[in-house]
Amino acid sequence: MAAMTAAVTTPASDETPDKVPGTEKARDKAGRPATGRSFQDLMRHPVKGKLLVLAALAAVLVPLSAVVWGSGPWPGALSVDISGPLDDANTWVIDNRDSHPLFLYFLLHLSNTATDAVSGVYSVLDAMGWTGVFAAGVLFAWRAAGLGRGGVKVAATAFGAFAVCGLLGMWDATLLTIALMVVAVTCAALLGVLIGLAAGLSDRVDRLLRPVLDTMQVLPAFAYLLPFVLVFGTGTPAALFCTVIYAAPPMARLTTLGLRGADPAVLEAVTSLGASPWQRLRTARLPLARKQMLLGLNQTIMMALSMVVIAALVGAGGLGEEVYSALSTVDVGKALAAGIPIVLIAVWLDRTTAAAGDRIGRSTPGGGLLHGRSGWALAGGGVVAAVLLRFVAGTAWPEGWTFAISTPVNKAQVWITENLSSGIPVLGGTETWSEHFTLWVLNPMRDGLTALPWWAVLLLVAALAWLVGTWMTALTATLAMAAIGVLGVWTKSLDTLSQVLAALVVTLVLGVLAGIVCARAGRLERWLRPVLDAMQTMPQFVYLIPVVALFGVARVSAIVAAVVYALPAVVRITAQGLREVDPAALEASRSLGASTRQQLLRVQLPLARPALQLAVNQGVVLVLAVVVVGALVGGGALGYDVVKGLSRGEMGLGMTAGVAIVCLGLVLDRITQPARKRG
Amino acid sequence: MNRTRTLRTAAVAAALGVLSLSACSAAETGKSQEAAGGEKTVKLTVPSWVGAQANTAVASYILEEELGYKVKTQQMGEVLAWDALSKGDIDAIMEDWGHPKEEKQYVEDRKTVVKGGDLGVEGHIGWFVPKYFADKHPDVTDWKNLDKYAKEFATAESGGKGELLEGSPDYVTNDDAIIKNLGLNLKTNYAGSEAAQITAIQKNVKAKKPFLTYWWTPQWLNAQVDLVEVKLPEYKEGCDADPKKIACAYPNTPLQKFLNADFAKNGGEAAEFLKNFKWTTEQQNEVAKMIAGEKMSPEAAAEKWVKANEATWKQWLPKK
Repeated sequence: MAAMTAAVTTPASDETPDKVPGTEKARDKAGRPATGRSFQDLMRHPVKGKLLVLAALAAVLVPLSAVVWGSGPWPGALSVDISGPLDDANTWVIDNRDSHPLFLYFLLHLSNTATDAVSGVYSVLDAMGWTGVFAAGVLFAWRAAGLGRGGVKVAATAFGAFAVCGLLGMWDATLLTIALMVVAVTCAALLGVLIGLAAGLSDRVDRLLRPVLDTMQVLPAFAYLLPFVLVFGTGTPAALFCTVIYAAPPMARLTTLGLRGADPAVLEAVTSLGASPWQRLRTARLPLARKQMLLGLNQTIMMALSMVVIAALVGAGGLGEEVYSALSTVDVGKALAAGIPIVLIAVWLDRTTAAAGDRIGRSTPGGGLLHGRSGWALAGGGVVAAVLLRFVAGTAWPEGWTFAISTPVNKAQVWITENLSSGIPVLGGTETWSEHFTLWVLNPMRDGLTALPWWAVLLLVAALAWLVGTWMTALTATLAMAAIGVLGVWTKSLDTLSQVLAALVVTLVLGVLAGIVCARAGRLERWLRPVLDAMQTMPQFVYLIPVVALFGVARVSAIVAAVVYALPAVVRITAQGLREVDPAALEASRSLGASTRQQLLRVQLPLARPALQLAVNQGVVLVLAVVVVGALVGGGALGYDVVKGLSRGEMGLGMTAGVAIVCLGLVLDRITQPARKRG
Repeated sequence: MNRTRTLRTAAVAAALGVLSLSACSAAETGKSQEAAGGEKTVKLTVPSWVGAQANTAVASYILEEELGYKVKTQQMGEVLAWDALSKGDIDAIMEDWGHPKEEKQYVEDRKTVVKGGDLGVEGHIGWFVPKYFADKHPDVTDWKNLDKYAKEFATAESGGKGELLEGSPDYVTNDDAIIKNLGLNLKTNYAGSEAAQITAIQKNVKAKKPFLTYWWTPQWLNAQVDLVEVKLPEYKEGCDADPKKIACAYPNTPLQKFLNADFAKNGGEAAEFLKNFKWTTEQQNEVAKMIAGEKMSPEAAAEKWVKANEATWKQWLPKK
């Protein structure tokens, strides 16, 4: 169990952003053991000691470095410009990619295979005709959820999803996106399982790979899009590989988790029966990890889908391109019409894989026409029949069956933004809020942070990290912060940091409140679920325009985008944590005469602390993930540099800013991560 | 139990095998298709702004309807498009606003890209204020008076100074240098995307608020919103040589076409047609307005324009 705890609640992105309610089950089961006890210990004596040591260190080092390098922002003498070498590498690739053997015999093959695989899947889907794809989607969902009555709901979701995709006139774009997703998810899952196996079987590999996985998830895709484009060219390959990089970590992490979490008694038993390590892996460890692995697959799919629009920036086509091109004419309705199918594909695949995951371990009454192989055969037969239908119904979605939502949506958008942005009595309107938030919160925070001498920032980071963790935590966090300075983006990073912190606070306040409400009213949560799903999977590009219309080109707009994206995970983790508090404790407090409020504040929230800590940590990761998107609506700072690096082809600029974002992530992760080494 | 698992493993392996096999065979057909239709396919980039989408749409329409080509369009960023053009992933860029670095690298050094001639449209970048504001304060159109109005342009983001709204990082801007070197009490605010900038402009116009923005022509929004240019110190050859010392206006840019070198040589009628393609700012705006203002699809807008302007495009067709 201890190993599991460590694995689940560790580094920032260790736990993948929570896209599905199913995730919390694993997390909470694992997250609980590290509760209160450790925190109490932490608070009692070591704090003073730690602060004393730090103060002593500071007393020696600070005056010294302040004298040598001054007390302003990060000293120029201590920074290294890495953009030169990066830009050189950029040029080298362009000059050599047509002739160098590395490209001719390896990378070009990869690139061609990727293109062929995606277009292959697409032509299969296309050949199946719309009836065939439709039936395959629905029957696959139904079968995965265990046919019979239990699966009807999942199948109905799939039916609705496909129907809406077609009705919105996005059928062909949807197919192209599904084709890209099929290939990307397959590659990401295979890669993830391989990494997960290695890390699950060897502690050293695990330790080595963890920072790599963290980086894969926090490094903005915008930053590494450019090198991929240079090497593989625009189009499918670059888009595919970027998606794989981003989507593989959850699969790897949950595979590791599953392998490490296997019941030791079972393994003992298998070993005593004389099984070889290979047999043990195949017959006991992998099957026991199946549930976690399926959860990993679910997360991988969600992550891959969130890359759809970014993939379109390098010419992948599909729904992403529709969203992106709608932006150039400021057509929110068209963007929404392409965004909804992305959400629906996500919901369809999420429900299907989640349902399949729920069935694992549940004994199915054997035999029957609807189970096992005959069930698959039935589903397969249905698909074949539907494919044959295409000769009657045609391969393309029938033209008359579409509905253009663009104009009404645009009208509604204009009406809403006009009426909310100003002139509401008493409340003022979003524009006034935006202004006040900037003047009274964001500006003081940014100016305060940038006014601090550089050594004071380092000291602050060290102290915070040490208070919540070990000296190792403090060292990592401080080094990461120093790395930002060395990269020469100190001031911009502090600007970004102030925005991230503000977004984090807003997300946590709203998320925890909503989580409490959800935990108390189960029906509300069921009602909110599709809303939360949409908030998480709707490409942010779709709502950029309304956000600007409401809040203006300002850092506040960037913060709003971040909050919308990060909120669902926080709500879910909080609600789940509160709900899983031991009912006996609640009962006891109630019988002692506690009011509802007292019960919540004194019993539920303290007992759910691991979940709340996890919520904070997830909030950090998710907010950071949107820094780059925020730059598209006026966030500026690091995010803007990343976007600029990509769009102007300056790898040095983009990569430097991207690495700085990873460092910020590292710092924030360490200071929001409760000690994990204990116990 | 064990047997079912073995069976299932076998089934999965078989499925994977079939998948990889099908991928292989699909790959071949894909290639053979390309080889067969290779000479008759033209690949164009679709840039993110509407004016250039108009060029691409009209060119595609004529290539397909008149010359019998198949046109594949691909959306991507500007610099990425240059790179793709060099590799032959696309055949032509129909509208380029000037990328000296890429031009040197690909046209002069590597010779993988060749110039395709003027598009006929002249691009101009500058600082603009809304007409309703300029009407009230006519002297705002001289940069020397901008400081007088800095307070009116101020927002929460610009912190007391006047705000100069900037656009997408894609577009060339010297504004930070200009502000510094002219000693103006202004501060740039980077919107980060053209969509955000346009939304902000539309919002300000609706509220009749004063604002100052980096802007350019031709742009479809100019047909909906009246903007007046602020005169900056006149542009003289070479005044923008040192990026840090720029204190002058932007030059007028005759927008350029660029072709992949192989395509220019072996592209036959399509290459000749694209080299001949030349129209005026007004004509481009007409199509752009249909796409952005009336929300027509680029194909439909191109069709409408082509049907109405036969005399213009007939001259672009290769002489037989």
